[in-house]
Amino acid sequence: MTDTKHTLVALVEDKPGVLNRIASLFRRRSFNIQSLAVGSSEQPGLSRMTIVAIGDSAQIEQVRKQLEKLINVVKVSDITEEAVVNRELALIKVKATATSRSEIMQIVDIFRANIVDVAPGSVTVEVTGDEDKVSSLLGLLRDFGIKEVSRTGRIALTRGSSS
Amino acid sequence: MKKTGAQILCESLVKEGVEVIFGILGGAVLPIYDTFPQYPQLRHILVRHEQGAAHAADGYARVTHKAGVCIATSGPGATNLVTGIACAYMDSAPMVAITGQVARPVIGKDAFQETDITGITIPITKHNYLVTDVAELAKTVKEAFHIAQTGRPGPVLIDIPRDVQQEQTEFVYPDKLDLPGYKVVSRGHPAQIKKAAKLINEAVQPVIIAGRGIIISQAYDEFKEFSEKAQIPVTHTLLGLGSFPGNHILDLGMLGMHGTPCANMAVQNADLVIAIGMRFDDRATGNTSEFAPNARVIHIDIDPAEIGKNIPTEVPVVGDVKSVLTALNKEIERKEHVDWLSQIDQWRYEHPSLDIRQGDELLPQYVVNQIYEVTEGDALVVTGVGQNQMWAARYFVYTKPNSLISGGGLGPMGFELPAAMGVKIGCPKKVVWCVAGDGGFQMTIQELATITQENIAVKIAIMNNGYLGMVRQWQELFYGRRYVGTKLWNPDFVKIAEAYDIPGVRVKRREEVIPAIQKAMGYPGAFLIDFLVEPEENIYPIVPPGESLARFFEPSRTEILEGEF
Repeated sequence: MTDTKHTLVALVEDKPGVLNRIASLFRRRSFNIQSLAVGSSEQPGLSRMTIVAIGDSAQIEQVRKQLEKLINVVKVSDITEEAVVNRELALIKVKATATSRSEIMQIVDIFRANIVDVAPGSVTVEVTGDEDKVSSLLGLLRDFGIKEVSRTGRIALTRGSSS
Repeated sequence: MKKTGAQILCESLVKEGVEVIFGILGGAVLPIYDTFPQYPQLRHILVRHEQGAAHAADGYARVTHKAGVCIATSGPGATNLVTGIACAYMDSAPMVAITGQVARPVIGKDAFQETDITGITIPITKHNYLVTDVAELAKTVKEAFHIAQTGRPGPVLIDIPRDVQQEQTEFVYPDKLDLPGYKVVSRGHPAQIKKAAKLINEAVQPVIIAGRGIIISQAYDEFKEFSEKAQIPVTHTLLGLGSFPGNHILDLGMLGMHGTPCANMAVQNADLVIAIGMRFDDRATGNTSEFAPNARVIHIDIDPAEIGKNIPTEVPVVGDVKSVLTALNKEIERKEHVDWLSQIDQWRYEHPSLDIRQGDELLPQYVVNQIYEVTEGDALVVTGVGQNQMWAARYFVYTKPNSLISGGGLGPMGFELPAAMGVKIGCPKKVVWCVAGDGGFQMTIQELATITQENIAVKIAIMNNGYLGMVRQWQELFYGRRYVGTKLWNPDFVKIAEAYDIPGVRVKRREEVIPAIQKAMGYPGAFLIDFLVEPEENIYPIVPPGESLARFFEPSRTEILEGEF
């Protein structure tokens, strides 16, 4: 079986130490995690966590089942094969001179990204999209010199009505 | 009327039907200990090391099917529990461990005897709690017992800061639980049960691997009916011994690294493996890629995460063993399996499982077997880890349900003595034999004081070979007989026992074995026998680590000495 990227969405109780329990589980069982993003869900007291994990389908099924065993984890779904909306937000601080600034702005426009800070010698770009889009923009900006990058990691929801 | 946190804890323990608490006090649990006299129904057993408290609670839990309770102070008290908690976790024993924590204002300040015990025990507990509000305490205790005792049982730790123990609130024990993330599947899915029954009815060479889940579920009758109705031979994991009568015609004994040849051959030649309440531990499966190469696999377990974890499974049935077997027994057909069973009989005849060499040597196999003979199998056997454990597994015949108690998954040396205390307290009318190695015995030897102080009548058999025997055996077989760090200088265990006010005898010759065991049995209290067994006796057969179960063997002494091995 081949390793692929899987998106797991977990509904977890918003209690102290939950992130620690999940991180501890990944470390202990040598599961490979690429990104993890967490924030409030639509239900009070519950957070929604999006985990991107790498492995074959049997390994990911183990991840899912082990996560479900955690008392504070209410539900875990592997939504890799489902119709989903994936988004990631990135902040990219790029070197910018008086001459390069307009060229950067053109690229930013094409990607429907925004410039959120301008300073002498740099601009900070905010981009939202799937990981490919963020990576493509990063690729184009690399020529100007990237000073700092901060990415949120993937968050995801299945498309259509919520059951 | 308001009660203190300490009183609320004790009230809650009483509500949960707790009768015994194993522990040692210290600064951070003093408020709890101070309230114990108000609750005489909670018997406190003062152990001599917190590891002993946890193993004793574990032993108690395994024979009573109720959560064992242990208590320790913050910092070193709590960390000393860790081995015992990990052992209960690996073997799915219900336990509630209570630890004191430093007062809330100094948590995180590296206060005296502060340790992040909830952080430490995340990977070795089913769940754990740090109680930061006395109003949460009763609810937490209720949840802890529920989680520990239901589904796949396991240890739950509750860490209670000292000032929470002193704070006051109204005591209300909740009726309901609010655990949205905790689901227990008890009944197997009917469609899966039908699929399993179909495979069972079609199988020509089926074999069962019986695990501790059968014992946890107390499904002895259902399991016996299952095996007998379909005439399917039974092999056991170490902890599955005692789930089926060991003297039954369909019983093949333990499989795995030191399993009986018959059990291993049956599994390797089977066309269907029915794994019940077990988790395909590597000591049971050998090399997983060569495990039961011709078999389809049915796996019955209450923990869905065990399905497919180590061995691919064709038909998983997630549920409580008792409920699943009850349903399955209605679906399966009566079978004979004449050819298959006669093939197995042939293997059994060629490789007798109770093969004890004749002669004068004092063999540990003989000692264990005589404990079986003298007690007529009506004893609870508690072992350590290593050769003593394997001899106890192989040469005592477990004819009675749940009669072997052993630290299987974690394999902690020093489990035997404190666990035996817990077993005896849980089953005061039963005869309890602690089968110890001379190495492991010295890891928790201080509990002899607890045994005397609390008058716990356990019978102790030390398989004294002057070595850390199992490791020495591996050095002999796999490290060119280089005995590094395995030779033990030992004290006089009989004198040690005497110093603890426990009578004992030393046995050097075979003919002294039976009289010594009889003497121990005839004595009303604890009794110790120091068996000076053959120093370099090995446990055979052995499947070398990483090999297939089919590759068990018993090399001759010459082969070993000539380095052919």
